[in-house]
Amino acid sequence: MNYRLDHLKELESESIFILREVAAQFQNPVLLFSGGKDSIIVSYLAKKAFYPAKMPFTMLHIDTGHNFSETIAYRDFWVKELGCRLIVGSVQEAIDQGKVVEEKGYNASRNFLQTAVLLESLENGKYDAAIGGARRDEEKARAKERFFSHRDEFGQWDPKNQRPELWNLFNARKHLGEHFRVFPISNWTELDVWQYLALEKVPLPNLYFAHKRKVFLRDGILLADSEFIPKKPDEQVVEMTVRCRTIGDVTCTGVWESNATSIEAIIAEVAASRKTERGGRTDDKRSDTAMEDRKKDGYF
Amino acid sequence: MNSELLRFSTAGSVDDGKSTLIGRLLFDSKSIFEDQFEAVKSASERRGEEGVNLALLTDGLKAEREQGITIDVAYRYFSTPKRKFIIADTPGHIQYTRNMVTGASTSNVALILVDARQGILEQTRRHAIISSLLQIPHLVICINKMDLVGYDQVVFDSIREEFEGFASKLDVHDVTFIPISALNGDNVVERSTKMGWYEGTTLLYYLENVHIGSDHNHIDTRFPVQYVIRPYSDAFHDYRGYAGRVAGGILKKGDRVMVLPSGFTSTIDKIDTADGELNEAFAPMSVTVLLKDDIDISRGDMIVRENNQPKVAQDIELRICWFNEKPLQLKGKYEIRHTTQAARCIVQEIQYKMDVNTLHRNLEDKTVRMNDIARISIRTTKPLLVDSYFKNRITGSVILVDEGTNETVAAGMVI
Repeated sequence: MNYRLDHLKELESESIFILREVAAQFQNPVLLFSGGKDSIIVSYLAKKAFYPAKMPFTMLHIDTGHNFSETIAYRDFWVKELGCRLIVGSVQEAIDQGKVVEEKGYNASRNFLQTAVLLESLENGKYDAAIGGARRDEEKARAKERFFSHRDEFGQWDPKNQRPELWNLFNARKHLGEHFRVFPISNWTELDVWQYLALEKVPLPNLYFAHKRKVFLRDGILLADSEFIPKKPDEQVVEMTVRCRTIGDVTCTGVWESNATSIEAIIAEVAASRKTERGGRTDDKRSDTAMEDRKKDGYF
Repeated sequence: MNSELLRFSTAGSVDDGKSTLIGRLLFDSKSIFEDQFEAVKSASERRGEEGVNLALLTDGLKAEREQGITIDVAYRYFSTPKRKFIIADTPGHIQYTRNMVTGASTSNVALILVDARQGILEQTRRHAIISSLLQIPHLVICINKMDLVGYDQVVFDSIREEFEGFASKLDVHDVTFIPISALNGDNVVERSTKMGWYEGTTLLYYLENVHIGSDHNHIDTRFPVQYVIRPYSDAFHDYRGYAGRVAGGILKKGDRVMVLPSGFTSTIDKIDTADGELNEAFAPMSVTVLLKDDIDISRGDMIVRENNQPKVAQDIELRICWFNEKPLQLKGKYEIRHTTQAARCIVQEIQYKMDVNTLHRNLEDKTVRMNDIARISIRTTKPLLVDSYFKNRITGSVILVDEGTNETVAAGMVI
């Protein structure tokens, strides 16, 4: 008998260990759901971790109101599949109540407004841990993240003063009003995620597969034509065969020309790709340290 | 898809070519993307640097990019058809020893870089000492910048001899030496044509083939209970599963086992997962164990074999690395975390501090400050189920937490 695990099984085992640790160490954890493949995989792993019991987490979706309609349909289907409770934090409501102010201009995005709504939702629900699908290979600030990432009472991340994290010992102690972000798939790469989704035959939103869509080009990135993005006079809408590599808000999620209609084709595409998946995310491009700056304030 | 996972740590200072080497491994294995490369290139230009500064790929935080140093551990990923690699890239300065310890804690391999022109430096010795303290199973010494010493075998051999002399005092078992030039790519991914005298493998070949199958303990059965699964549903009415990650040995269906600390014995009825039942489980698998008898078991308990038990101890000897600005307090009380168990402990004695550059034991100055390595004795409020760290890195490791600030203040290894 060869006592070895292949890399996907080892990653799965590590993530399940982290998820069980969250259930054991926190009073009221919540699982952040965006509709993207990373949060799908985290919730899928959470289901596996507590089998045959139900996962002890509520799901939280921060809804910018600027979604692809497919995302919401998938979310409702997936919540039913998992048999868990869903809570929605609405950016639109926060705008209507005057709690946050919408950006103006062509590149206006509600991405930044999500942070305030997320923090408020966590506070209202008295959640002491928010589980997310961030991965260290996604982005350079995320490469520095811990599995258990401490947030102060303002929800802020202090990257220069993180708790050392050794072996498989996780310190979830905190003061009242503070919380943790937990990232069970920290060590997965984009390719690992796709290989695992294929292996486990996890159902996915159609947006990830090649489909015909009306799009236009802005700053080198293809954006979906949508009522939520005002177009400049010279921007031409054309129909192309595209797919999403990441799924976020319509206003900041670029789409890619692709003919990949199956997971296997996506894996081949990802393996051969010379651009990072977040290369299509306009929210990361605002500065060299856009992600670090947002994370310090409490972003995902 | 059937590839293994290998975790390795690197440590080094700004000048020894560590970033270049990592950049080379990522680049040659096609793990750097065009847009990442473009971003680093334009950032290098903005900073007025010559060429593309690959260190900007690994140094992710604003403060690190500003100061041009690595402060915190950064994780990098690349894979070849044979293995997937996780690099814990850690800073080499003495004031960041704690980050090095953090990055090394789960590594299979420690990669130590030596500048061929400089030979063995204080920093090289420190890396080797820390790697041996943390019982990293394999050490690979890359003698870099061979291009700057004319690819001379004499230089390589003398560095190798010097290191071997020093390493004989350490607890390291598997050391490999590779002459490389990270800049030119000699012996990194491709074999060098300039060092015909070198008969060993390239670095990547080594990383792809080093035997890591024995890095986990598959002898001493240890299953720390992490969480109790009780579905309370009609279909699984009497289901009571003990979820956890195997920390050592092999669990088999039908095995007679003992539960500690209670000492009750039972038989493994089932090893369950969401993918179905298993006949056996080994480290590092996450599974759920069901027993034939109804015994009271909760988080922090451990399932073991009757004839192979860990030590049940309240008085524990530790080697620690101190992480906090506030020094270790003799007679101070801390929370101690071990596997899935937590307790309180009091520091009874500080035996000595160890100089991480020379291995010298300092018996006079016993103030344990940030980054210091020391040997201490503690007493815990309740018995912990420990093995020596040498025997098992999971059941032999602890962390200490300051109960006032909640910070993790020390990493400890059971002696």
